[in-house]
Amino acid sequence: MKKLGKQTIQFDAPPTILECASIVGPKEAQGPLAKYFDQTLDDEFWGEKTWEKAESKIIKETVNTVISKSGIPSSQIDCCFAGDLLNQCISSSFGLRELNIPFFGVFGACSTFVESIALGSICIESFANNVLCATSSHFCSAEKQFRFPLELGNQRPPTSQWTVTGSGATILTKSGQGPFVTCVTPGKIVDMGIKDANNMGSAMAPAFADTVIAHFLDTGRKPSYYDAIISGDLGYIGKDIAIDILRSQGYDVKSNYNDCGVLIFDKASQDTHSGGSGCACCGTVFSGYLFKQLQEKKIKKLLLVATGALTNSTTSQQGESIPGIAHAISIEV
Amino acid sequence: MNANSANPLESKQKYQQYVDKKSPNSPIWKNCFNAFWVGGLICTIGQIIANICKARGCDTTMSGTIVSIILIGISAFLTGLNIFNKIGKFAGAGSLVPITGFANSIVSPAMEYKSEGYVMGVGGKMFTVAGPVLVFGISASILVGLIYLIFNTQNITLV
Repeated sequence: MKKLGKQTIQFDAPPTILECASIVGPKEAQGPLAKYFDQTLDDEFWGEKTWEKAESKIIKETVNTVISKSGIPSSQIDCCFAGDLLNQCISSSFGLRELNIPFFGVFGACSTFVESIALGSICIESFANNVLCATSSHFCSAEKQFRFPLELGNQRPPTSQWTVTGSGATILTKSGQGPFVTCVTPGKIVDMGIKDANNMGSAMAPAFADTVIAHFLDTGRKPSYYDAIISGDLGYIGKDIAIDILRSQGYDVKSNYNDCGVLIFDKASQDTHSGGSGCACCGTVFSGYLFKQLQEKKIKKLLLVATGALTNSTTSQQGESIPGIAHAISIEV
Repeated sequence: MNANSANPLESKQKYQQYVDKKSPNSPIWKNCFNAFWVGGLICTIGQIIANICKARGCDTTMSGTIVSIILIGISAFLTGLNIFNKIGKFAGAGSLVPITGFANSIVSPAMEYKSEGYVMGVGGKMFTVAGPVLVFGISASILVGLIYLIFNTQNITLV
């Protein structure tokens, strides 16, 4: 493991992403990526009494799925990194409390999935043989915590995004055949003063650009090195802005760049405005769709950059701006 | 690689202006039109109920009370059936401004927070959305009442 440039970590023996699993809610099941997920739910409650319980169940079952798919007994998993959007990350800690694996709770807002994989990869390089990474989000519990009651008859602005209901989980292992996590570029907090909680994409896009540019400068790679550069949940507006910012800095990513929030829903028929968001947006799109593309070698070099808006409902009511963050990992077959 | 286009991240103000330009606005004319006719329809229904009441011998005050009760009842019922939020999404202020919106803003948090129990959940959170309307509505009516009291020297009745 060595440091490249200002903020990138390169692995000597890159960890393998052994297996992934994903479970999504009913709306995601109607989206264009439905066939790639391990399980789709018929309703948001999944037999539970509250949305919070439902979200915990989703992450718990996703983790059980990935463990059984990988064939690695949970006793041989050295530690687990997980996080979500609910206060104090309760979905992860409640969902995984019976797991009996050393647990690190991670909060990086919607960047949690990549942050977990980054931290997990560093563990693999130093002491661990197998590490579990998981994340979840739930449309209903997120609306309840961050916005208005679901039954309230209000209108969503065109810049708003739709929180993905679901969970993505992955197991990293020391000795495997790939896909490998070759580099990690942890992001800096970037705040360009955006205050509109209904326009998260534009709050996070500068952080995305900052991390991606740092990654290119540190590694000496160009955008064309990658078959695909995928951001977490910038949505349509954020994606547009990100392309503009990168172009102004001399990086042309238009041909190989896309966003998980754009991929997961069909904007025209699903009324999701600027696209998907939430921890599970990047988590499920990677675990379901992108991982299979890597396995089938349709994508050989992937730069996955999960983006997060580091805000809560109190700060946005107090008129604070929304700091953004983005963490990048490069995954190569 | 060309670095000739303007950098949107030059300053926070520049970025805000750039974002405003990039972000699509709400379809205001469509929203206004839908709000106008749905709001008008709700008020017409209210007027029909009022006329029926008057034809049956109720006075104006009693008719108004009956209209409020019926519209609040329908709105609360539709909120519970997951229908009112769809009307609200379509009509915006058209269903929000009449008393139907007020009923919806109380019933929806009551439903949402039932999972936290009847006392701290339903009771504690029921007015999270309607609270500001109540506080400022009641404050304004006290103010208007005071003005009325002060200037009402010739026993003018406003209603």
